[in-house]
Amino acid sequence: MTRAEIHDAVIDILTEINPDVDWKGFVPEDSLRGTLESMDFLDVVMELRKRYKVEVPEADYGHLSTLKGCVDYLEAPLASK
Amino acid sequence: MSTQSPHDRIVITGVGLTAPNANGLTDFREALLTGRSGIANMDMRYFGSAPAGLCDFDATKYQKRRDIRNGTRAGSIAIYCAGECLQDAGIALEQLDTTRLGVFLGLTEHGNVETENEIYEISKYEYDTSYWSHHHNPRTVANSPAGEVTVRFGIPGPHYTVGAACAAGNLGLVHGAQQILLGEVDYALAGGISESPRTFGIFAAFNSQNALARHEDPTKASRPFDKNRNGIVISEGGAVFLLERLDHALDRKAKIYGELAGWCYNSDATDAVLPNAERQAQCVRKALEKAGMKPREISIVNTHATGTKAGDEKECTALREVFGDTCPDTYFNNTKSFIGHCMGAAAALELAGNLPAFQDNIVHPTINVDELDEACALPNLVLNTPRKIGKVTAILNNSFGMMGINCVTIVTKYPNA
Repeated sequence: MTRAEIHDAVIDILTEINPDVDWKGFVPEDSLRGTLESMDFLDVVMELRKRYKVEVPEADYGHLSTLKGCVDYLEAPLASK
Repeated sequence: MSTQSPHDRIVITGVGLTAPNANGLTDFREALLTGRSGIANMDMRYFGSAPAGLCDFDATKYQKRRDIRNGTRAGSIAIYCAGECLQDAGIALEQLDTTRLGVFLGLTEHGNVETENEIYEISKYEYDTSYWSHHHNPRTVANSPAGEVTVRFGIPGPHYTVGAACAAGNLGLVHGAQQILLGEVDYALAGGISESPRTFGIFAAFNSQNALARHEDPTKASRPFDKNRNGIVISEGGAVFLLERLDHALDRKAKIYGELAGWCYNSDATDAVLPNAERQAQCVRKALEKAGMKPREISIVNTHATGTKAGDEKECTALREVFGDTCPDTYFNNTKSFIGHCMGAAAALELAGNLPAFQDNIVHPTINVDELDEACALPNLVLNTPRKIGKVTAILNNSFGMMGINCVTIVTKYPNA
């Protein structure tokens, strides 16, 4: 997957988890905390597991704190998908 | 006329509901007086098609889409009913000491829907439990639907659910009244909720018990007292009432739907599923005693009858024992014929649907009775068309459930003039 495709994939996941937010207009560098609650972050981890077989260990959850961080973190594991 | 102090009398001052055939009391009453069924065939995984009653309300009126996704169907029904009830009662939460507002909801069961959904979900991943949702625990704790109401509306007062099988809608109401009388709260959001048809298990179980209704026309599948009835139609729904002390309601000039004048709950103590007419009759008599009333003073008896052969007959036996043929002004009806069996919500919805009779003096009928079963031929059983009677002053609401739980409530007109 390209970086743009990964970005879109993360937007899809976030939209499913919290459809009340305009994720396409969300600033990539802004913190997701406050928009996502703790259970929502676990939903992100679950959806990455279900959709892409990507396992995110708890120690790496901090990498998912922004939209840009999510894309950066997923670039390597999703490169070959 | 009650001799109790107004401080010790509990009245209903708000109603919020969703039923398979209507949303809100006005629409529900119209449906019950015009013969509008809420039953249609429903397809479900594994089981196939069966008649069922599903509600059509706008959950987004009170919930964000995220919260609907994360919560339960029972929670969405409860939130909708509670929101509509507060609005109907003219209560603004920001002007209330909400530490003195409690939420007490009856449930037949809870967690079946959510658990079956999760098992189905992990079946797509070879039953790998790492795909099991972290939402499962908050969704399935037994207090969940009442808790969802407190979270949504920011109510810090007490909440719990009452597990009482198909008597739960009445028992939730009773618990609300008791919590007020105990001094724990000043207001109670109380009633019953059901999401039961959202999973196949309850259908399959009633089917295995030969107690699931079938009919080529699904709107005629729920037919208590008919000779050819063949079982239960499973439905969802909810009804939540606002309860408060009479003196409090009068002080704030609240609209009063009626007074919760008496109740009783007891146990058959004989069988898990077969009803016990003797214990049902005892429950009705004790509710009358608590209300200080004679059987002949009851205007409407709303029956629990679900459309099973044995259940309808047993209830009629119990009612004959109590009311005999010496109550010429007592009429009998049934609401499940319109909406199916709404399980934990059944008794609450059925009571709600009869409350407007205090104003219009009409007894809504039992529909779908083409050939009355002689074993169910109660005197003054109102069949198929509404009946205007002289004056409705008291409603007795029956509810019975598995494990032999019975709960009867009596609501009287206020003011009873």
